[in-house]
Amino acid sequence: MSGNESTLAAPVGLKAWLMTDTPGSGWQAACGRAYRGWRAFARNPMGVVGLAIVLILLFCAAFAPWIATADPTVQDLSLRLQPSSAEHWLGTDRMGRDTFSALVYGSRVTLYIVALVLVIAAPIGLLVGSSAGYIGGWTDKVLMRITDIFFSFPRLVLALAFVASLGPGLNNAVIAIALTAWPAYARVARAETLAVRKSDFIAAVRTQGASNWRIIFRHVMPLSLPSVIVRATLDMAGIILTAAGLGFLGLGAQPPTPEWGAMISVGRENILDQWWVAAVPGMAIFIVSLGFNLLGDGLRDVLDPKMT
Amino acid sequence: MIISDQPLLQIENLSVRYITPTGVVDALRNVSFELGREKLGVVGESGSGKSTLGRAILRLIPRPGEVSADRLAFMGQDLNGMSETEMRRIRGKQITMILQDPKFSLNPVMKAGDQILEALSIHGHINRREGRMRVIEILKAVRIRDPERVYNAYIHELSGGMGQRVMTAMMVVTNPMLLIADEPTSALDVTVRMQVLAIIDDLVTQRGMGLIFISHDLNLVGSFCDRILIMYGGRIVESSRASELHNCKHPYTRGLLESLPSIEHPKDVLATLKRDPAWLMAP
Repeated sequence: MSGNESTLAAPVGLKAWLMTDTPGSGWQAACGRAYRGWRAFARNPMGVVGLAIVLILLFCAAFAPWIATADPTVQDLSLRLQPSSAEHWLGTDRMGRDTFSALVYGSRVTLYIVALVLVIAAPIGLLVGSSAGYIGGWTDKVLMRITDIFFSFPRLVLALAFVASLGPGLNNAVIAIALTAWPAYARVARAETLAVRKSDFIAAVRTQGASNWRIIFRHVMPLSLPSVIVRATLDMAGIILTAAGLGFLGLGAQPPTPEWGAMISVGRENILDQWWVAAVPGMAIFIVSLGFNLLGDGLRDVLDPKMT
Repeated sequence: MIISDQPLLQIENLSVRYITPTGVVDALRNVSFELGREKLGVVGESGSGKSTLGRAILRLIPRPGEVSADRLAFMGQDLNGMSETEMRRIRGKQITMILQDPKFSLNPVMKAGDQILEALSIHGHINRREGRMRVIEILKAVRIRDPERVYNAYIHELSGGMGQRVMTAMMVVTNPMLLIADEPTSALDVTVRMQVLAIIDDLVTQRGMGLIFISHDLNLVGSFCDRILIMYGGRIVESSRASELHNCKHPYTRGLLESLPSIEHPKDVLATLKRDPAWLMAP
């Protein structure tokens, strides 16, 4: 009953300030909009779980040196393959390195890969898709067929081919994954561009003498950006899995950098007797991918009114 | 530099045709006229080629449209032979076009002021502070009372009349020589319409621009413009001084005039236009 009463009562204080229909300033209106967006997002409990997972990941990455109980690169062969204990919370691997600390430091690598891939792939996709959609004709045909060619390969296989030619390493893995990730954004951006290219305000800018590039960069791209962002959050899990796959095959981050895929690879040889060595980073990959997927779903429901 | 007796715009035998799989559509047929520093009204029914005329002058006919003209000259410069880059320097700087509905012709995710600034920055670099001042100035010139607020407003936050004034500001801020207004008031209600017209009139007179005013409202054009072209089926069927509109002889013009209700000479039944296929041929 008390719950009902509290919803019926007029909101007071900060909530009233946020929910007012007549905001006093642009800043207040923006805060109110953000608050309403948060309320819509919070209605989806799975989305909140996803957000929590991602926040924990961000926290681990930011404060890794303080959270980790040991240096993940220090080897102690007398303590190899230990099960979980008070000293080594999640045990040690076959070099005697602390798994928990490696996991915490590995979150930095994971975030580094995800962020860098998005920073490279999203603008490329946006540029290709918007140009193809706006200019049309042969430009469209050529660019979209190139996109289709990239689409027609399985992602990991294509990334493997790129890393094989570039040489193994963390940055090359990022480039390889980015090269396989942009076509999805190009498709989304092209679809959005086709929807706005015939509109009157584009015609109006053309009568003002704007060049094609100016129109694409300043008038078309800002309108396709929200769809690309939603698509990107849904893509993060895939990027993490591809990165872990490359790490597992020894083509991603090189030892001694703690990387989750490479950690599974190390634990693989002892998987029957000391299962936790491989299982712990595997669980980490699983949970973080799930977290990004749940967050992406939640965000899409808030940002894309067409879906609901 | 500018020779006063040289016409602003000279058009001879301008034709626009769309070649489609189902046949050739003639949107404009051999249109010829000259324009000085005056207000020229272009009137006709829907599909008579009025808007196509405006777009053809700016060379913005989309594919698969084809434009041909014996002469299409703006202040002595041949627009027809210009490259796309040269054309872009003309568009927005020397010839601009106000579009019909501000709700659709302004970018929904850009602040109104920034869109006006866009016109300035396309044609020459300008620093933000100076640009902002010129935008505020032009917003005042189109009689917007709180230009600071409108500068930071998005189009959905403005009324239709305000939106059309922003659009007008956007098109005159570069001080063009020729302004094409494509039904600038048909999306507005009657009282706001008169305000917007008065603003356009003032700007055109003060700055000595030429104006091509495209409309389907014969009365409005008759009272607002100096000279009127009547279009039908992509052709100019008649040209007349606005003051002598009632003396027009072409049966299409007569038909248009007779189908208008008048408060001084009420009629029980208004005349209906009877279209004659022969009008499409040469007069």
